[in-house]
Amino acid sequence: METSFALTGKGYVIVAADTTAIRSIVKMQIDQDKIKELSPHLLMAYSGEPGDTVQFAEYVERNIRLYQIRNLYPLRPAAAASWIRRSIAETLRTRNAYSVNLLLGGYDTSSHTPNLYWIDYMGTVVEVPFAAHGYGSYFALSLLDRYHDPEASLEEGLATLKRCIDEVSKRLVVDPGKYKVKVVDKDGIREVEI
Amino acid sequence: MARRYDSRTTIFSPEGRLYQIEYAMEAISHAGTVLGVLAKDGVVLAAEKRVTGKLLDLSSAKEGGGYGGSGEKMFLLNSNVIGGVAGITSDANSLVNYARTVAQQHLLQYNDDIPVELLAQRLCDMKQGYTQFGGLRPFGVSLLYAGYDPHYHFQLYHSDPSGNYSGWKATCIGANNGTAQSLLKQEYKDDLGVEEAIGLVLRVMSKTMDSTTLGSEKLEFAVLTYDEAAKAPKAKIYKPAEIDALLRAEGLAKKDEDTEMK
Repeated sequence: METSFALTGKGYVIVAADTTAIRSIVKMQIDQDKIKELSPHLLMAYSGEPGDTVQFAEYVERNIRLYQIRNLYPLRPAAAASWIRRSIAETLRTRNAYSVNLLLGGYDTSSHTPNLYWIDYMGTVVEVPFAAHGYGSYFALSLLDRYHDPEASLEEGLATLKRCIDEVSKRLVVDPGKYKVKVVDKDGIREVEI
Repeated sequence: MARRYDSRTTIFSPEGRLYQIEYAMEAISHAGTVLGVLAKDGVVLAAEKRVTGKLLDLSSAKEGGGYGGSGEKMFLLNSNVIGGVAGITSDANSLVNYARTVAQQHLLQYNDDIPVELLAQRLCDMKQGYTQFGGLRPFGVSLLYAGYDPHYHFQLYHSDPSGNYSGWKATCIGANNGTAQSLLKQEYKDDLGVEEAIGLVLRVMSKTMDSTTLGSEKLEFAVLTYDEAAKAPKAKIYKPAEIDALLRAEGLAKKDEDTEMK
């Protein structure tokens, strides 16, 4: 099962997701990028039902980009989270429900604050200082409870992330191996090596 | 000669003009003035009412718990935008209703107040539609939008029947708008505070209104500011009593000795 983590810090959000694509006992791909860049200051990590995940993630990406091109402003993270929540909730009780879990991390350029949202396949949305999806969450959340600091520098934030990744490698029966880690701050999005 | 080309909105004249739109603007030039001024910490709107009289029932405006205004010139379009209308009142009501619906649809989708320029654009897209297809006449209304959003803070926009809009620091629509516009050009300064803007608006109104003195029966007034404590925009459409108090404070109220007979 796919693992993803995210945490906020002083003026940034770090989003990390494993890079394996697994079908039953086989690792089909080990370098898949599961973090979509929705806009210059918005990241979204996805996991869940294969097929639904990419379909929904691309649908969100295209619509958020359309809003930005059509209108004069990019969507702020809070507004994007509301739009995503509504998209999931409206299809939930139809045949076309998407079984996708998301972590939405962004930098709000109007209020100059980082925002992180935990979104699940039922349309639950909560704004949180740190979050995780998948079996890895059982190990990561308690570590994040203990070591997360909302005013931490980027280096400290990455060190905390490394703790979570190492714990999952140590204890989860299927070690995800490599992770893709992306950071969003006032200067935009960049990938970092962990 | 123009008569042959003005019966349908959907056709051009040989000189490349759209007569119906020009006639709509002509209708607006006979309507009550609406004046707007942008300050660094707020936006001020004032309007001249044309529907007045002793027999007019304004009890809902005076004591009502509504959003303020008599329902003729100033309307709350959303918690962050006030609209001032000039032109055919029934057309204006229809547009205000549409604007309110659009603002709420945005709020439903994004859980966020609609950006001011976006609201102006939506209305303009609709107004433009009426100039190109359907065979219906254009809306005989010009609007001033006074609003706040976190992107560009305080803004003032003007839209006309053609579906065109632009952003302004100070502008005027309706009757005598030329006079008011030149007065504003002389007296407007960048970096005005909201209090100074209120004074400027009232002074320009008193010089351009048809009646000799200002009073709450003929004036509608609204101010949009930002409440730091609540961290939200604050839209205020003044009640008649508040307008009179404001005029007294600015020294523009009717002087009682004028009406006294010896």
